[in-house]
Amino acid sequence: MSREASYLTADLRDMFKHTIVFREELEEQYHDLDQQSQAATFGMWLFLATEVLFFGALFMSVGIYHYLYPEAFEKASERLNWQIGSINTLVLLVSSFTMVLSVHYARLGNKGRLILFLLLTAAIGTAFLGLKGYEYYSDYQENLIPGWKFDSSEWVLDEGLSPTQVPQVKLFLMFYWIMTVIHAVHLTIAITAVLILAWLARLELFSPRYHSPVEVVGLYWHLVDIVWIFLLPMLYLLGTHHLG
Amino acid sequence: MPSEVLVKPILRRRPPQVEHNYLNASRGMASWLLTKDHKRIAILYLIPITAMFFIGALYMALVRIHLMTPTGLLLSPDAYNKSFTAHGVIMVFFFLVPVVPAVLGNFCLPLMIGAKDLAFPRLNLLSWYLYMFGAIWAMTAILAGGVDTGWTFYTPYSSQSSHYNVALTMVGVVIAGFSSLATGLNFIATIHWLRAPGMSWFRLPMFVWTLYATSFIFLLAVPVLAIALILVIVERVFGIGIYDPALGGDPLLFQHLFWFYSHPAVYIMILPGMGIVSEVIPCFARRELFGYKFVAFASFGIAWLSFFVWAHHMFVAGISAYSALVFSALSFMVAIPSAIKVFNWTATLYKGSITFEAPMLFCLGFVALFTFGGMTGLFLATLGVDMHVHDTYFVVAHFHFIMVGGMVIAYMGGLHYWWPKMTGRMYSQWWSKLAALIIFIGFFLTFLPQFVLGYNGMPRRYHHYAPEFQAWNVLSTAGSSILGVGYLLPLFYLPYSLRHGPRAGSNPWRATGLEWQTPSPPPRDNFEVTPIVVRGPYQYPQGKAQHEP
Repeated sequence: MSREASYLTADLRDMFKHTIVFREELEEQYHDLDQQSQAATFGMWLFLATEVLFFGALFMSVGIYHYLYPEAFEKASERLNWQIGSINTLVLLVSSFTMVLSVHYARLGNKGRLILFLLLTAAIGTAFLGLKGYEYYSDYQENLIPGWKFDSSEWVLDEGLSPTQVPQVKLFLMFYWIMTVIHAVHLTIAITAVLILAWLARLELFSPRYHSPVEVVGLYWHLVDIVWIFLLPMLYLLGTHHLG
Repeated sequence: MPSEVLVKPILRRRPPQVEHNYLNASRGMASWLLTKDHKRIAILYLIPITAMFFIGALYMALVRIHLMTPTGLLLSPDAYNKSFTAHGVIMVFFFLVPVVPAVLGNFCLPLMIGAKDLAFPRLNLLSWYLYMFGAIWAMTAILAGGVDTGWTFYTPYSSQSSHYNVALTMVGVVIAGFSSLATGLNFIATIHWLRAPGMSWFRLPMFVWTLYATSFIFLLAVPVLAIALILVIVERVFGIGIYDPALGGDPLLFQHLFWFYSHPAVYIMILPGMGIVSEVIPCFARRELFGYKFVAFASFGIAWLSFFVWAHHMFVAGISAYSALVFSALSFMVAIPSAIKVFNWTATLYKGSITFEAPMLFCLGFVALFTFGGMTGLFLATLGVDMHVHDTYFVVAHFHFIMVGGMVIAYMGGLHYWWPKMTGRMYSQWWSKLAALIIFIGFFLTFLPQFVLGYNGMPRRYHHYAPEFQAWNVLSTAGSSILGVGYLLPLFYLPYSLRHGPRAGSNPWRATGLEWQTPSPPPRDNFEVTPIVVRGPYQYPQGKAQHEP
């Protein structure tokens, strides 16, 4: 990508000059690579601030409703699969570790290790999505999808809730779906970005001098990880779970 | 060879017109639609944003004509609701919020700090595509079915009762919101990392300071709006009562989340306008901006406070008396930094050598109208008075004084100020001054009657009204038609100047900012040599009023 596209004719090259088609290692608006990579990292931190507000609004909403309806929320939380949730937490933490190693080897300029750990990170992230998908499937079987597959009577008969509390159960489950799906979308984007990085690394794009894309994607990956660490207690660990 | 003799006079008769600038640096559709150049992206924004403004104005023309008689003249109740909603949604989310940052900010920010481009040019182009996509999406939803909730999308009406394209419109709004967010992120990174040598923080032009404050509001507020609207969409699609009291939800939660975005968004709309005024007034008064640091910090004061006043929209919505008291007090505090700015602009004018070109006329209009709007804001922050005028035309008049009298007029001032820089041509002085005057008069005639209407108790958004309100309504409609003429004038003389206007030269206003030290239109790389900044932005030689119009 850093090479000029030499297959273009002179006319076309004139047309595409100064467009996004051309990419230089050092963009023209920067003095040096150091300034450029610092600006890129800074930009990602700003973006993470917006993500905090994005999830923060959701966390606050769940917090308010949990405060209003503790019984229904805890009953509903107990039906979630906390085992898979916990295993997935471990999975994501390990993926953050491999992501850190990718950044480390990018700094050292070790291309082989960089690609190895990037692919490993993507693989572990995909494992998370696989486990999550399995969990969604079991939620589907257990009628835990309000608005689509949901059985009001079982909450009254089996769980001993009053009929007025059933909408509150739906509320909790809806937040569970919204938050985990948005998280999964974030993770999918992160996995895609990591795979693109691996491909670019294979094209010899990164060097100890220039590897800010790896650092930037690394930051994003960790954010996705941290969001899950908040989701686990907020969604899975509300009630008093019985082991076994 | 005799050819030498033949060629030379021809060369002399045709002065070198092929100066290289950003407009002719490369040709073809692709060189525009894939460009990285912030100046071209600004032009790309200018065209659809102007179109959105006139579409939004058209919807309001329908409403104003309708309100000429107490029983309504033109629209069915349904069409009336859809018209004022379309007006609000288009004007707020697709015109007022993006316009100054995306058009003038995009064009001027790198020039003003001596940079070659924004920090992330690709992200900049992406935000243009997001804006276009969101705008086309929302316009499609509005034209094919429409929305009738009002621009605030209040629940439970928007989540349960409305049968129109609420969810689709919201998707468009969220997409356009992310476009603004990307622009804000880009501006902050640019201001932090790409200032020219010597451009210290307190040498930044005030327009840059206000864009910086605005960008922080974008970053922190837009995601909350996105989540609030996404929850409404989920509620509509899956029938879960997130905001529905019958199903355990709380409609007030929506109002909290919505105003946590939308009140700061009001300052998104006004802060860059204040920046423009702080550029224009020193230039046409030939004086240094009075109290530079105070104006800079006041911008941040406003941005900071904007996040702690949202519940003043909810005084009658059932929040506790205690929190209403706190939010009322916090809202009063916004008056302090706002007043600091107005006093500083006035002090800048004092003993200045003032001339009245079009940009200055617009900006003086801004100061007057903004003061009006700000003062009536204090009425609304007062709990007892707000009970009386809540949801009346008083509120409508108040926020139009800020948004139209403030932001739109400041934008017009900025557009007229930087137009010669953007295009290299000067527009007609006579017509532009006339337009400024007509807009000012039309604006007052349109919105001053609405204060009276609101104070006398005419509610906003009503299809019918009591007959005793008719005289003021007719006056308001008459004023709005004058305002409309004022808006249409620039649509003629500005494009006319592109071909027939005299060449502007690099610094037609003899302004001191960095952006005036490069040719007009600027070359593709902004500056031939990276400038080295040795002084503040407003070092005007006092007492010499000489412009070259």
